[in-house]
Parts: sequence; structure tokens; C-alpha cells
Amino acid sequence: MREARLFMLLLVLPALSVVLALFVYPLGLSLASAFTAKDGTATLENFAKTYQLYGDDILFTFLIVAVSTVVIGALAAAIGGYLILGENPRAVAFLKWLYRWPLFIPFIVAAQCMRTFLAKNGLMNNTFDSLGLINLQSAVGLLDWRGIIVTFVWKQTPFVALLVAGAMASLDRSTMEAARNLGAGRVRILVEIVLPQVAQVMVVGLILSFVTMLSVLSVPIMVSGGSPAMLTVDMAFRINSYGDYGTANALGFISYAMTGIAAWVYLRRGVSGGGRP
Amino acid sequence: MRTAIGWLLRGGALGCLAFLIFGPIANLALWAVAVRWYFPYKLPLVYGFKYWHEVFDPRGDAIESLSTSLFIALFTVAACLALAVPAGYALARGRLPWRGGILLAFLLPQAMPSLAVYFNVAHIFYSLGLNGTITGVVLVHTVHGLVFAVWIAAAAFTAVDHELELAARNIGASALGSFFTVTLPLAAPGIMASAIFVFLESLDEFTGTYFVGVPDVVTLPLLMFTASVAGNYQIAAITALILLVPSVGFMLFIERFLKADVLAKVGG
Repeated sequence: MREARLFMLLLVLPALSVVLALFVYPLGLSLASAFTAKDGTATLENFAKTYQLYGDDILFTFLIVAVSTVVIGALAAAIGGYLILGENPRAVAFLKWLYRWPLFIPFIVAAQCMRTFLAKNGLMNNTFDSLGLINLQSAVGLLDWRGIIVTFVWKQTPFVALLVAGAMASLDRSTMEAARNLGAGRVRILVEIVLPQVAQVMVVGLILSFVTMLSVLSVPIMVSGGSPAMLTVDMAFRINSYGDYGTANALGFISYAMTGIAAWVYLRRGVSGGGRP
Repeated sequence: MRTAIGWLLRGGALGCLAFLIFGPIANLALWAVAVRWYFPYKLPLVYGFKYWHEVFDPRGDAIESLSTSLFIALFTVAACLALAVPAGYALARGRLPWRGGILLAFLLPQAMPSLAVYFNVAHIFYSLGLNGTITGVVLVHTVHGLVFAVWIAAAAFTAVDHELELAARNIGASALGSFFTVTLPLAAPGIMASAIFVFLESLDEFTGTYFVGVPDVVTLPLLMFTASVAGNYQIAAITALILLVPSVGFMLFIERFLKADVLAKVGG
């Protein structure tokens, strides 16, 4: 038995060492470098510099990612809710077919799509102009922070909706039907019965999206032209233009910290909910 | 009357959603076949495949980038499967010390913002002479892909009934023999799905390649990025379409490969 366990460990070892060498070790290096001055002494000066140069960008990044996460959550709940509570089978089937399209489209392709679609003379404004909703001559594009949020929501909503819809499909339908028989509206059933039961899955999906959005470099550069910049753009700039690893890693530390806050919120929820799995 | 209003509301909402989902893709497709298009014209003035010839010119950059991308993706899949199949099997059979910690280590590359890690990897690779090499890029893609490969492989092996393996052993198959003739074929659809997934992730990967691949390894996403930032919208749109087709194809076919019983066991 002991040998069997050792053998199993040997099977995992190659994969584990690749992750340790090429992810965990550089991650540790990044954390250490954030707190190290050029002469090798421990310091907080990287953070002082980061705050001074990029204080606004830190706030900006957090707001963009937070707003995107909230919108993604609301849309995923609405899509999942309609899929389970919708009463028109054809509309449900169409939505099921429709919502997943952007699921595997890479961020860089999504960014290129939005870069043209949301521009002042993009297909969106052109369509609105043809419908008489706006005047193209005086229209403005959305290629700024709004464009970043639209791109993130467009790309990440299907992922969260897929998880949430899967969790909703495996719920016991009898409570929903009982509430329906007692005269509860569909929105009320969704908010009061369905969502609390799938909250855990929803939060996991949203945290994974939150982390993904914090790591994307292509979207802020291509959609908003990098101004005002998100942290990823600032890090790439510090590295490519100055080889300034101290400041770049301090920015990296801040992005880990944002993830940490998200994870903490998740864990705290778990505890306050009586430690439900 | 009420049903008519219901239909109108439903149709309107679904129509808006369809416009928001397909509009950006349609705009990309239009740019791919536009030869001349400028403000204030709402549609291209001249359509054609002029830029397709430019992109698919055998001596052009795009063909070279495409083959670089495919080469890297194939090697990444090979590396990921070689690492993930044994690891997934060990995790599925569950007699592993520190199983939770190991699963967590494989999750880490997805649970942490990765950009800061990538430029530190590039920093390390620089001193090893791996920057700007195919090997370096394959290594970075492998770490990224391992998360999915290991988790999906573990789920696929968990879905295989352990009794079948024991039955094969009972009638005289060796441990290795029963693995290759019983377990692996039964887990093959799940492994196949993880291979396709890793292939696509590698094909689409941008950030890691951006830091580790410079200046010599130009994959398709990097070529697309350069074209887009330089304002060559047609070239960017055509290369984006090349990346888009396999992604959408996978989305449409994923359910054939990833059976519900495997999906239910991911993360278990």
C-alpha cells in the first residue's frame, strides 16, 4: 500500500514540478522583488513610487473589473433564470443557442471585434443611425473605459451563465413549482428561491472572471488605446520601457491583493452562510 | 392581446441580445472582406479578397505565424498530455498524500493574475537563453494548459469504473496492460476534450507569448495585435477570423466530447 502511494506520487511529480518551477517560483520571485530595492535591501519604496505614478490607475482598474463583475453576475442570473423559468420553449431554446457564442472566443479577437464595433463609425453607431436613434455626425464612440467593460462583459458572461445555468438545471424543481402555485412571480422565484441555491457556483464563476479580467493585456490596449491605463498596461510599460522590475512587481502585488480581497469575500460568505459547501 | 405584447417583448429582448452578441463578430467579418471603407460610409465601398491574398501569400508573415502557432500548439498538447495523463490518473484513484494541496497547486495558475508571473518567467528565461525561443513559449503555454488538462483528465479517469480495471487484472492483465487496454480507451473522450482545449488555449494565448516570445517568436495573436495597433484593420480582421473559427467550432462541438458525467466530476 505504501509503495502504491509512492508510485501515485511519482506519477504526479513531473506535472507538479513544472507548475512549481514555472509558476510558483516566478510568483515568489515577483513577491520578493516587489519588496526589494535596486541594491537588494528590503524596502517599501517600490510601493511609494507605484502609488505616486499609478494611484489613479489602481482605482480605475479596480472599478472597471468590479463593475464588469457585477454586470456579468446580473446578466448570468437573468440568462440562467430565463432558461429555467421561461415559459416559451422556442424562446428558451433560442436563448440557449444564442448566449454561448463568445464563450471560447479569445480576448484578443474579442478586443478586435469591439475595436471596430464600438468605434464612432462602427457597426453599432451605424445601425443606430440607420434606425434613426442617433445622428452619426454628432455620435461618439465607446472606445474608452466603457468599451473595456462592454468587452469584458461580452466575453465573460457566457462562462458564468454556463456554470450558473448548469447549477440551476440540477436544482429540485418542486419548491419552484410550489411557489408558482402559491402565486409567486417568476422574478421573485428567481431572486428568493433559485439564486440563493446557486450562489456558491455563481461566486466561484465571478471570482475566476475577476482574476481573468485582471490579467488581460490586449483588451485595454486595443479597446481604449491604453488611456487611462489598467494595471496590466502599466506593468508591460514598466518592463518594456524601463526594465523596472521593482515597480512592475509592486503593481503585480497589488493585482494579487485585489484577487486576495475577492477570495476573502468568498471565504467570509462561506463562513457567514454557516459554512455550507 | 396579451400574448401579442409578450411576443413583442420577448422578440425585442432576444433581438437586442442577438445584435449585441453577433454585431461585433459581423463587424469583424465585414472588415475581413472590405477593400475600401471609410467614414461616414456605413458599409464598405469596395468588397473583395485583396487582403486575403496578402495574408495567405506563401512568403508573407501570416503563413509563417500560422505555422509557428500550430507548431507551438501541437508541442504544447503533447507536453500537457504527457504530464497530465499520469497526474490525472493518480489524482482520480485518490490514494495520494496531500491530494488537496496538489489540486490547489494545479489550480493556482488560473486563480492568480498571471501577467506579473509571465514577465518574471521571461526574466528567468532571459538568463537561461530561453527567451525568444519556441521551447520557451511551449513551456509557458504548457503551464497555462496544465490546469485544464489535469483537472479534466482527473475527472475523465474518475468517471471510469475502477471495477473494470480490477476485472482486467483478475483475468491476468498487467497493471500497465489494463491501463492501456481498459482505462485509457474509456477515458479517451475526456482526454480528447482536454487536448482540444489545450490546443485552443495555446493557439489563442497572447500575454505569455508577448513577454517570453519577443522578438523572434511571432504567433498569430501577436501578428494580429501588431496589425491592429498599426491600424491594418483588414489584416487584423482576417487573422482574427482564423483564430475565431476553431474557437466557435469547439463551442458548438464541446458537448459531444465532454459528456455530462465527466463534466459533473470536474473539480471533484
